[in-house]
Amino acid sequence: MSALTQATPAAAKSDAAPEKELRPPSYWPFVVPALVVVLAIIIFPWLFTIWMSLNEWKVGSPTTFVGPSNYLRLTSDPRFLESVGHTMVYTVLSVVLPLVFGTLAAVVFHQKFPGRGFLRGIFIMPMMATPVAIALVWTMMFHPQLGVLNYLLSLVGLPPQLWVFHPATVIPSLVLVETWQWTPLVMLIVLGGLAAIPTEPYESAQIDGANLWQVFRFITLPLIMPFLFIAGMIRMIDAVKSFDIIFAITQGGPGSASETINIYLYSVAFTYYDLGYGSAIAVVFFLLIVALAALMLYMRQRMLWTEIARGA
Amino acid sequence: MTPRQILGQIGLWFSVLVIVSPAILFFLWMASLSLKFEVDNAAYPPVFIPEHIAWKNYTDVLASNRFLTYFFNSLIVTGSATALALIVGVPAGYGIARMAAHKSAIVILIARITPGLSYLIPLFILFQWLGLLGTLVPQVIIHLVVTVPIVIWIMIGYFETTPMELEEAALIDGATRWQVFSHVALPIAKPGIAVAFILAVIFSWNNFVFGIVLAGRETRTLPVAVYNMISFDQLSWGPLAAAALIVTFPVLLLTVVAQRQIVAGLTAGAVKGG
Repeated sequence: MSALTQATPAAAKSDAAPEKELRPPSYWPFVVPALVVVLAIIIFPWLFTIWMSLNEWKVGSPTTFVGPSNYLRLTSDPRFLESVGHTMVYTVLSVVLPLVFGTLAAVVFHQKFPGRGFLRGIFIMPMMATPVAIALVWTMMFHPQLGVLNYLLSLVGLPPQLWVFHPATVIPSLVLVETWQWTPLVMLIVLGGLAAIPTEPYESAQIDGANLWQVFRFITLPLIMPFLFIAGMIRMIDAVKSFDIIFAITQGGPGSASETINIYLYSVAFTYYDLGYGSAIAVVFFLLIVALAALMLYMRQRMLWTEIARGA
Repeated sequence: MTPRQILGQIGLWFSVLVIVSPAILFFLWMASLSLKFEVDNAAYPPVFIPEHIAWKNYTDVLASNRFLTYFFNSLIVTGSATALALIVGVPAGYGIARMAAHKSAIVILIARITPGLSYLIPLFILFQWLGLLGTLVPQVIIHLVVTVPIVIWIMIGYFETTPMELEEAALIDGATRWQVFSHVALPIAKPGIAVAFILAVIFSWNNFVFGIVLAGRETRTLPVAVYNMISFDQLSWGPLAAAALIVTFPVLLLTVVAQRQIVAGLTAGAVKGG
């Protein structure tokens, strides 16, 4: 096809509008340097990871090709299976809570008030701040004896908690940090959605005498659905991969109570230096994220169809 | 104002206060921890504003010559990775936007989905073979994983919105494509480049996972250095909090000063790499 186009005689070319000459391939030189970089740091690592996952590959010992055995090992590795469970709980909570709070915050920030830009800057600070620095301060706040959180609980008459120091409360506590950190992102995306809503539906709702909740439920919510979906998708991808906060606060502990797939992957690859097995985990982990994203897309599609069916 | 409007105003400001307070209180508490002596930090009930302010926590951190080393490491890694990303990423964003090669964005998407650790395993081996471990080069290269996709993604979006007419006029006047890019497209794209630059700097500066694997004692970046302080100074919270605040302060400042650009960039969908 492209060979044919190039073979067109020059005479025919000059007939075409000058616009035609602005077309490729002449823009390729702009892309080539980036292409080389992307090949080297994104494509090559991926291919190499797949190759490594098929080998017994430990630092300091010779490598041997073992085929799919690293993958088979995963299916009977209790620590891996447990980490999948932790990841799921962590992810679901870290998607749902920021979505709820982020939407509420967006509704407020959609109003006009003096100092809105500045306050929005303050509001997004948690997600821009260096995660390790944040994690350090949260660790101090979680401290069972000296932490400020237990003091705050005592002010409202609640018993002190062990927070990240107890297996039962460690994941919810980490989700608290994650929610605090990433609610602003959901807010920004939903705020973009709110800005795109026309004013007519609100005017007619006002005429019909709808109350605030009805307006939100039947006008705002359906219209921002696509944005909520995007926010949920981004949040899911980030929550599944969450590393800095968990690693810096608990390193997967106590015991392995907060060990997610990503944390386990780190241990396998860079504590035990079992790089072949680690690569297999990395591949499965990636496929899992893709599968979750596909599942969300599918659910969104189904919801759309039910809406259409209901409307008909 | 009617009573109803006044009530609405009070409700609005109350909601704003509730929404912003988790962020404000956290960073105030962080500052408080960093300015207190150990006696106050270990007190129960907690002391919020100390009688004696421990500026010493900051001077101690800044005076240690290691901290300066780590600061320069961070500066070199983030600076180089961002500069390189702009050099290759801005033209690439331009080329992709002008060729309307939207399918190529899928690579960026894959980069966005992939966990940072999966890049580390193969590149770690590669750097070992090349004998680069122990220098800053591996970290500069691997930070490109963060910065290049951000820059390309934002620049594609930006160049798609800039008008073609000027460029076409320049081409008809006999300018080469490179001249059109550097004299026409690039000056118009400055605000987009600013957004890409700011986000690339922030996410590279904040990156932790690449450093813990690739950094040696002398090549740590600030986030890794702060993390390593935890294990040593289990109970001296003051200096720790001071160090944490120093590390994240440039980013916080940038967030408040450039919040408009950051919001524009983040809502364009280019959020966080690695």
